[in-house]
Parts: sequence; structure tokens; C-alpha cells
Amino acid sequence: MGNALLEMRNITKTFPGVVALDSVNLEITEGEIHALVGENGAGKSTLMNVLSGIYPFGEYTGEILLNDKLCKFNHIKDSENKGIVIIHQELALVPYLSIGENMFLGNERGSYLNIDWDEAYTKADSLLKMVGLKESSKVLIKDIGVGKQQLVEIAKALAKNVKLLILDEPTASLNETDSKKLLDLLLEFKKQGMTSILISHKINEVSYVADRITIIRDGAVIKTLDKRTDSFTDDDIISGMVGRSLVDRFPKREHNIGDMTFEVKNWTVYHPLFEGRKVCDDVSFNLRKGEVVGISGLMGAGRTELAMSLFGKSYGVDISGEVYINGKRVHLNTVKDAIAHKIAYVTEDRKGNGLILSTPICENTTMAKMSKVSKYNIIDRDLEIKVAEDLKTKLRTKCTSVMQNTGNLSGGNQQKVLLAKWMFADPEILILDEPTRGIDVGAKYEIYCIINQLVEEGKTVLFISSEMPEILGISDRIYVMNEGKMVAELDQKHATQEAIMTYILQSGKGVE
Amino acid sequence: MTHMLGVKNTLKKNTMLIALVVVMILFQVLIVSFNKGSLFNPANISNIISQNAYVVILASGMLLCILTGGNIDLSVGSIVCLVGAVAGTMIVTAGMNLYVAIALSLLLGTAIGAWQGFWIAYVRIPPFIVTLAGQLLWRGLAMTILNGLTISPFPDNYLKYFTSYLPGEVDASTIFSFTMAVSLVACGLFIVLQIMDRLTKKRKGYEIEPLIFMILKLLIITVVVMLVGWFLARHKGLPVVLILLAVIVLIYSYFTKKTVPGRHLYALGGNEKAAKLSGIDTNKVLFFAYTNMGFLSAVAALACIARFNSAFPAAGTNYELDAIGSCFIGGASAYGGTGTVGGAIVGAIFMGVLNNGMSILGIDANWQKTVKGIVLLAAVVFDILSKKRAKSR
Repeated sequence: MGNALLEMRNITKTFPGVVALDSVNLEITEGEIHALVGENGAGKSTLMNVLSGIYPFGEYTGEILLNDKLCKFNHIKDSENKGIVIIHQELALVPYLSIGENMFLGNERGSYLNIDWDEAYTKADSLLKMVGLKESSKVLIKDIGVGKQQLVEIAKALAKNVKLLILDEPTASLNETDSKKLLDLLLEFKKQGMTSILISHKINEVSYVADRITIIRDGAVIKTLDKRTDSFTDDDIISGMVGRSLVDRFPKREHNIGDMTFEVKNWTVYHPLFEGRKVCDDVSFNLRKGEVVGISGLMGAGRTELAMSLFGKSYGVDISGEVYINGKRVHLNTVKDAIAHKIAYVTEDRKGNGLILSTPICENTTMAKMSKVSKYNIIDRDLEIKVAEDLKTKLRTKCTSVMQNTGNLSGGNQQKVLLAKWMFADPEILILDEPTRGIDVGAKYEIYCIINQLVEEGKTVLFISSEMPEILGISDRIYVMNEGKMVAELDQKHATQEAIMTYILQSGKGVE
Repeated sequence: MTHMLGVKNTLKKNTMLIALVVVMILFQVLIVSFNKGSLFNPANISNIISQNAYVVILASGMLLCILTGGNIDLSVGSIVCLVGAVAGTMIVTAGMNLYVAIALSLLLGTAIGAWQGFWIAYVRIPPFIVTLAGQLLWRGLAMTILNGLTISPFPDNYLKYFTSYLPGEVDASTIFSFTMAVSLVACGLFIVLQIMDRLTKKRKGYEIEPLIFMILKLLIITVVVMLVGWFLARHKGLPVVLILLAVIVLIYSYFTKKTVPGRHLYALGGNEKAAKLSGIDTNKVLFFAYTNMGFLSAVAALACIARFNSAFPAAGTNYELDAIGSCFIGGASAYGGTGTVGGAIVGAIFMGVLNNGMSILGIDANWQKTVKGIVLLAAVVFDILSKKRAKSR
């Protein structure tokens, strides 16, 4: 193997209240494919953001050495000038521009006042050939599929004279054939001497292409495996990824599980934009009264899409399947129907989909069920304030008053307002989608307490989370979802992180 | 301490009102020192009201559109012209029954609003484009109907609904006592309602504002109402159009503040996705806002033809800009979700006083436009900067 191309030494990065990276060391050898694996939130993306200058020099501690020279990147442009190019999980292409225009966006050929389009398109065409795309570079991005778009991103990186290519979950939105194609392309580039870092959840992909694997957990490097000396077994990698003991972070509750209250049969949902792509594929599951049921899975498994499509068809097209509430078939065609059938969906995206940040807490609290504070459509403002106060006290929301705008609250308190909003709607079934995302440990504990309180009152909770310890700690029963399918159902006794991971990996049809 | 905070908040909430008072005093000082009479002259106060009636009516409707997400309606001026032309044709040329003509005119405005609302809400064509098309379309139709001519004069029994004064043509002392009595009753009613509201709140154990605040608020409002009444009393009495304005402003501020559909406007503008996921039919809300704008444009048209005593091809030109400007000066957010009818009215009066004051001072019409442009920009810049500061804190 060649020399060290890149060395990251003792990188530490903190966000208010959280240590995202704790003196991480990473060494990338020239000409290798180095994989970074870890759970959601382990710190992989943060590390790459440090490397690419998105978090500028000075916001972290530690050193970055490229070819033994110390680098101080203040801007993503600085790292790109050194040949470090990162391709993010979310594609950054402009749909209504052509492939060629996209490839040279911010890196235009010719001069500032006179773009040389002939050169750009010729260069683009030759780069497209390198990545195995037959399209003309004048085709618009919106007219090619996601798989090809991902290849365009790679071609775009090549246009920047890339020395170190970083791919963040490149196959997350690709099907198997496209994934395979992309991975083979990486191997091909490796032969030509390119170095790349691959961030991935999919362990079979990683063991297929990587020369070395670094496992990150809780912001620290656990170990680095080398293809020549270590075997890349799934067990090694998984235990490295999840191997932490469960401390008592979850409040205890009484388990009073009753009859089946909510049942979904053969639920299939198609993607609203990409025709023919199934987001939920023949999903069936059920919930019992007073039960907390977790849905575990990786990002992009289709959990949020499942929840939103059930909640008044708020997501997806061509939805088919049956929903039963207390044994009776129901049709939830609009959000109103869903609310009327006492279902609540607490969104994962509290700022984007949940709260109206420009309005006070009290107005957010009552929004899903205005009829409770109004008569003939006329709002009883005093009553509204009173019910908001009551819920604020019950959930211990920290705010100056319920007249405070929700935009001025901390994440945890915003989450409580969102919960209050849906508790106010008197639901029997609450779908909580990542209810603890981005909030601190203390607030998390309080949210768990609220969940316990809800089920003790006889309500039913469907709990979606990417954090496995959390889902194991709170659920009575766990469904495992992967690539739009329910792949396993585990009860509390048999559920372990290893078991869940294994189900996920076995179900992914892999590249071999 | 809490009182101090309360005072600070009250001042902050009413910055525009304070600015309005400052501008009024400034103009008064200028006008008096240039020896051009007085802003607070009974005839002038009455004049400001009838001059700006259309802005107040249109701004109430425009606010609803802006609340839905900073959406504006560029067609209102043209709708005013078209409805005016149709009403003129029905009333003057065809000699139709007045009430039928008025009803048909209002219906026409509502239908135009619904047409635009349909494209905006259900087909999701950007409001800017739909109403820009409307601006051309309705103006074109109006010109065709008018054939480039002016329709006038309107019969007295039509004009009396918009331009006359109460109690009518009687001697000055009757006018004075009548107007003062009406003002007193209005103030009395307001005070009684406020006290009743406070008592209910106390009975039900809700939070109430400090007594001193309430007394101060009542005092200020009473003084202002009585002052305006006193000015009007010394002129011709109570303008009928002021009653129309009061009714519209009361209805719309009640609607936005106290009703569920009103709340939905704020929800849509604040975060459409969240509104949808809360079971709100956002398309219906948007459709309503634009249909209502059409209706209010028709009301403004009826008031305008009466004020000018004619329907003419250039009627309503740039009215949309006055209405939009009033809303933004009055603190409505250019992104939607925040703003009040009261604010929009303060904005309308602000613009009105600005126009009126500059006219009395004899400032050139071109300069008047320049000043208004700067004021509009300054108001929105102020709004956005203050929000930024609030966020960074």
C-alpha cells in the first residue's frame, strides 16, 4: 500500500451541549477505498464536514494533514482546491439545468464573464463516458433517474480534479442494479489510483468494496479493520457499531396491554415523484390498546412514509391496503378523517411540518382540534389560553408564557408543544415519529415519561426511531422495517440491537 | 418590573401607531409654520376619511391574502374599475333598481374573486401571475364596457349611501350634538364591552391585564374617538362612509382574531405543511382569501363611483399598491402568517395622512410618490430587521 494521503489527528468537535466528535483519528492511505460505518448520529457526517471545511478551521480542535501538510480549510472551496470532494447524501443538482451545466456549476469553464460552453460540454461528455453514462451532457437532470444522477455527481467530482472522493451514503436512494454499478465504478477508479472514503449503512456493500473499515460510535473511533489482516464478517462490524450497554435511561411503566385496536393489512405506497418505486411494500402490522410498538429501521427504510400515508394519505400515491380500527374497516382519506378517527401523527420534522413558529404556543396547541375551543367557529380565546396552560404544566414545557412564539423555544420544548398539540386532539393512537431527535438527554427522559403516561391512560403509541437503544428501551414490541418492507416482528424479550441489525442486513438483497 | 416589561411590550407592539402620531405632529408643525392652515381642521379630517375609504376597504381584504403566505392581489384596482363600470351602466345608463344593481355588483366582484381564487388555490398558479393577468383582463373588460367614456352623474338616492353625512342637512348645533352623542355612545359601548370581558375573565379565573393598563387603554381610545367626533361635529356631521368602514374593520378584525377560519389563514401563512397535517383544508382557505378580496373590491368600487360621482376608465389605477403598502406598513409580514387588520388600517391612515399632509404643504406630486416609496421600503426593512434581531437574541 501507498503512503498516507490524509491524516486527521485528534479531531474534536462540540455542539452546544453535545460532543459530536471526541478526538477522532483517521488515516487514509493513497489508493484505497476506506469505509466509515456507524449508526445514525455516530458522527460520520460531522467528521466529513470537518474535513471538507463546512465546519471551518477553528470550530474544531485537532489537525488535518494532507500529504503531510497541515490544512486549514475555512470554506468548502478550500478543500475542493486541494482535491477533496464530497458527494452528499442529498444530491445537489439543479433539476432544470442540463447535466453539463450542473457539472460545472461553480467551476465554470472559460472566464467569469464569458463561459466557454463548447469546452464545458465536450469535457462533460468525456467525463460522462468515464462514469459509464451514455447520455448527452445537454440532457436536463430532471429527465434522468436517481441512479444516473448519482453518477453525474461523481462525474462532477471528477471535473474538479479530485484526489480524495468522499461519498456519503451514495446508494441510499438507489436500487440494487444501480448500487452495484456504482460500487463497481468505485473499484474501477481505485485501479486507476483514486482514493475514496465511503460512508454507508449497508455492510454488505462496505465489505464488497472497502480495503479498510473504520467503525465510529458516539463520536469516537472504535476500531479499524483491514481487509488483509481481519475478516470482514457482519458480526464484527455490527458489534462494533452497536456494542454499548443499555443503561437505565428509560422510565419503567405498568404493562396493561389490551385488545387489538389498530390493524393495517397489505399497505402499499408508491413514491409521489418516481413512478413505479414502492416506498411501502405490502406492509401489515397491528397495535394493541395500551401498547408501545416500535418501528426500527435505517434512514430511508420507509417508516415516515408509512406513517404519513396512513395519516390521511399525507404522503405517496396509488395507496392500497386496508386499515381496521377496533375491528372495523376505515377509510382515512384526509387528515381530517384520521383526526376524527382519533389518530395523531407527531411529525419527525417539528419545524417544517409540525409547528407554526411565528405563532404563540397556545395557538399551536389547539390547531389540530379547534372545535374544542370554539363554538360556531368563534374561538374562545380565554379557554384556548387556559387549555394551553394546562398542557404546558402537564408536560412541564419551559416558556415565559403560552403567548410566547414557538419559534423562540428550545428543541425539547418545541417537541413538547408538538406533543401537547396532538394530545389536545384526544387521540387513541399516537404515531410518534422520531420524537426525541435533536433534543438533549434530560428532555428525552421527559418525553419517555409522557409516552408512559399516555399508554397508562390506555392510549396506543406507535414509536418510530432510528436510535436503537431508545426503541429497545421503550417498546413492548418492535417491527423492523427495511426498504419499504416489514422484515421482522420481535417482542421485547427477543429484541436486541444485534438481532435488529441482522434482520436488516439479511433482508437487504445486497450486491453479491 | 413586570409593569416596565408590559410598557415596553405595548410600545413595541404599537410602533406604527406611535410613528403615525409622530408623523401627524410633524405635519401639523410644518403646515402651521408655513402658514398653510392646519391638518386638524374639521373639513380636512372629514376629507381624509372619505379620501381613504377605498384604501381601508381594500387593505382589509389584502391583509387576508398576505396572511396566507405573503401573497398579494394585483388585480384589485382593475376590479374596482370593472365593477364600477358595470354598476354605472346598470344604475345610470339602464336605470335599474338600485338595490338589485348593488347586489349584482357585489356578486360580480365575488365571482371575479372566485375565478382568481380557483386558479390560485386549486390549480396552484402563483397568485402574482393570476392577479397580474387579472389586472389586464378586468381593466380591458372595463374599458370595453365604458368604451373609453365616463358614466356620470349618479342619482342622488345612490350617492346618499356613500357620500352623505348624518344627521343630514340641519342646523349646525343639531349636527354638533348628534355627532357628539354618537361618539359618546360608541365610546360607552366600547368601555362597557371591555369591562364585561374583564369581569368574565376574572370570574372564570383567567389571566387579566393590570387594571392601570386597561384604564389607560380605554382613556386613550376614548380621547381619540371623542376628538375625531368633535372635529366631525364641527363640519357636516358623521360621514356615512365612516360607518361602512367601521363595520368592515370590525367584521374583519373579529374574523381574523376570533374565528376558526380566520385562524386558519395564519396557520396557512405560518407553515402550510403543518397546517395540512393538522387537518386544515389549505386550498379552501386560499380560495376564500381571494374570493373575499373580489367581494371587497366590489364594495370599494361602489364607494368610489359615489365619491367621484362617475365611473371612468382610469378609476382604481394603482389602488392595489395602496392596499398592499398599507398592509406592509401596518406590520404584516411579507412572508405571511403575521399581521392584523388593525395594523393594516393604521398603515392605510398613515399613507392617507402622508398624502394629505404633503398635498396641503403643496409638495410636488412626483416627490410625494418618492416619499411614499421610501416610507414603504423603510417599514418593511424595519419589520425584517427587528425580527432578525429577535431571532439572534
